[in-house]
Amino acid sequence: MATTWQEMLDLGDRAPVASAPAEEEPERRRGVFRRLRESLSASRKALTEEISASLFDRIDDETWELLEEALILADVGAPTTAAVVERLEHEVESGAVPADGVAVRDRLIEILAEVAGTARAPIDLAAEPAVLMMVGVNGTGKTTTIGKIAWHLSKEFGLSVVLAAADTYRAAAAEQLETWAERAGAELVRGQAGADPGSVAYDAINAARARGADVVIVDTAGRLHTQSDLMEELSKVRRVISKQIPDAPHETLISIDATTGQNGLRQAKIFSEAAEVDGVVLTKLDGTAKGGIALAIAADLGIPVKLIGVGETLEDLRPFDPDDYARALLAE
Amino acid sequence: MFDQLSDRLQSTLSEVRSRGKLSESDVDAAMREIRLALLEADVNFKVVKSFTRTLKERCLGADVLQSLDPGQQVVKIVNEELAELMGGTGEELAMATSGPTVILMSGLQGSGKTTACAKLAQYFRKQNKDVALAACDVYRPAAVEQLVTMGGRAGAHVYEQGTEADPVDIATWALDRAREERRDVLIIDTAGRLHIDQELMAELARIRKKTDPDDVLLVVDAMTGQDAVGVAESFAEAAEFDGVVMTKLDGDARGGAALSVKAVTGKPILFASTGEKIEDFDRFHPDRMAQRILGMGDVLSLIEKAESQVDEKAAEDLQEKLKKDQFTLEDFLTQMKQVRKMGPLSGILGMLPGMGAMKQLKNANIDERELDRTEAIILSMTPAERADPHIIKGSRRKRIANGSGTKVQQVNALVKQFDQMRVLMRSMANGKMPSPEQMMAMQQGAMPKPKIRRR
Repeated sequence: MATTWQEMLDLGDRAPVASAPAEEEPERRRGVFRRLRESLSASRKALTEEISASLFDRIDDETWELLEEALILADVGAPTTAAVVERLEHEVESGAVPADGVAVRDRLIEILAEVAGTARAPIDLAAEPAVLMMVGVNGTGKTTTIGKIAWHLSKEFGLSVVLAAADTYRAAAAEQLETWAERAGAELVRGQAGADPGSVAYDAINAARARGADVVIVDTAGRLHTQSDLMEELSKVRRVISKQIPDAPHETLISIDATTGQNGLRQAKIFSEAAEVDGVVLTKLDGTAKGGIALAIAADLGIPVKLIGVGETLEDLRPFDPDDYARALLAE
Repeated sequence: MFDQLSDRLQSTLSEVRSRGKLSESDVDAAMREIRLALLEADVNFKVVKSFTRTLKERCLGADVLQSLDPGQQVVKIVNEELAELMGGTGEELAMATSGPTVILMSGLQGSGKTTACAKLAQYFRKQNKDVALAACDVYRPAAVEQLVTMGGRAGAHVYEQGTEADPVDIATWALDRAREERRDVLIIDTAGRLHIDQELMAELARIRKKTDPDDVLLVVDAMTGQDAVGVAESFAEAAEFDGVVMTKLDGDARGGAALSVKAVTGKPILFASTGEKIEDFDRFHPDRMAQRILGMGDVLSLIEKAESQVDEKAAEDLQEKLKKDQFTLEDFLTQMKQVRKMGPLSGILGMLPGMGAMKQLKNANIDERELDRTEAIILSMTPAERADPHIIKGSRRKRIANGSGTKVQQVNALVKQFDQMRVLMRSMANGKMPSPEQMMAMQQGAMPKPKIRRR
């Protein structure tokens, strides 16, 4: 069922420390699942209401139109919506799926989970030190996500973490990260305001090597993907990092706000071109937005969602589970 | 900004236009395209439905189908309806008749409230108003520091009590202080909150009640998807906002959220935030924006922008110099700085009509560093050299290259291009339009060569 942190992280030869719960208790897992579903269905106009099994009781053109409407309202986007609906429609018409309300809905969940699970892979932190780089548009929750990842790595897996405050542009970004570093018990490496972000990343990796730290997480300034000079800067930070450690950054994550519409596809595509993005962190899923853009990103670009943010607390950053996500979108 | 949407509409309608006669199935086809384009632009599904319905009715009207150029008529109707949807002509902020004008900012996390506060402060500072900011975001780590730094940059006073105090108390305390200190404007920054977080929404309502603001603004990220409408409805209920600030409009988000929020709540979009810099903030002009979507250009905004930056007198002097062929590198430097004050060149290009249709220019990437380099070269010249670049020979060239961190070839190229440009400008100043060959030469030799990258 729900994906655990352990499944989501590839820690290589590092054995999880005793303090890490070997397996989450079923009680808590249910809690998380419930929480995700609650957060996804918080809206009065939840998708779940619109796509109940009864929608498929009578199957005609209107059924498919309503399904299309629901998916588009969830920000899945026209092309992916059309693909999903066409596939389901075809399967029902050909008799591969019985024209029965529950069966059709279950098949819909399967298809959505399949799309959401495209190119699934764990977060690669096997190297020592492993370098994780966080990128994304302004205000999508990069710094907060880093704080929470650091907390999980440090408190649950007993890893030593160095945070690189390479967002030297936004006022007080380093202070924000510092607060998180304290909470997580991680070390913070920062530069002067306006300093070269590459040099901050460089210093952080040096510091991590000197201290034998396990993971370096590099925070970068939020930037719009249309600012080509800033995207070039991002490539440069990457180059600085890979000069120090050839395969690094080992993992690059882009944070995407769940409220983002179709522009999210452009964000993922262009950030990927500049910084070879390995996965998406879908943040702010605790609102009424369904984050359907993640489906479009997975289907179109083959970039999987790896983590989701469903609330403000530390536990609210969760490994992404395609099946849970599909169910939460549609469950009763 | 709305590039893709504009492209879609243009390509659909230019097909119709080329045919000259419009059938009902033509209209249906065009409507399908428009509907898809609007959905891709994140315009809310329900808004799209009613918009295309209205549009179709008008397009099928007898006067359109029988007109000589139905395609053109459709363009006109789409333009009118889009402008109508976004709020007709621009609306104004309400200002207090006495005492400070109080503006309460609200929005989701990450929509850009704190930055918008500082930009709004700067906007008022430009009108010589005394502005104060109240730091009521006590939740996000370092939000207060961010407001202090950015507010300081804008030249505003920042009232803060750290993160221990209650936001409602900070707001009322700040209002008292703004009254005492006779500030013209008080802008209250609040924490980002989810529209379904009842506790925080109630807090926002309390701040509103206690401070009785003249304007409550909702800050909306231009990249927001279908959810924008739900968010706006909830904020309308709790905070009764009066207008919207659209942020991150400098990206390539098609900004359908802007269309939807206005359509659903009836609240106008008052401001648009269009860049990283504190001055990248403008009044939102819905009518002009609609024209821009259709690729008609936003010439009015460009002229206003130029007017606010360019000194009349200096412009006249320049005209005179051009005529008399006294234009020097020094003047060129001044010119370049003035143009750059208007913001990134790519932004300026976007306001020109027809730019949306020119594919290469749409993705043109004017490398600002190239401009920096040109500036550096000129700055490394002596006044005599700037006045008469012809004296720049061997050792001078080397010195300039060294001083500006460039190569001798780059200095040479600059001098040569300047020469060509001067010839051209002289003929233009004397009322002669340059020949296409001359234009080509100027383009190739234009000092900062625009780097065109295709994505």
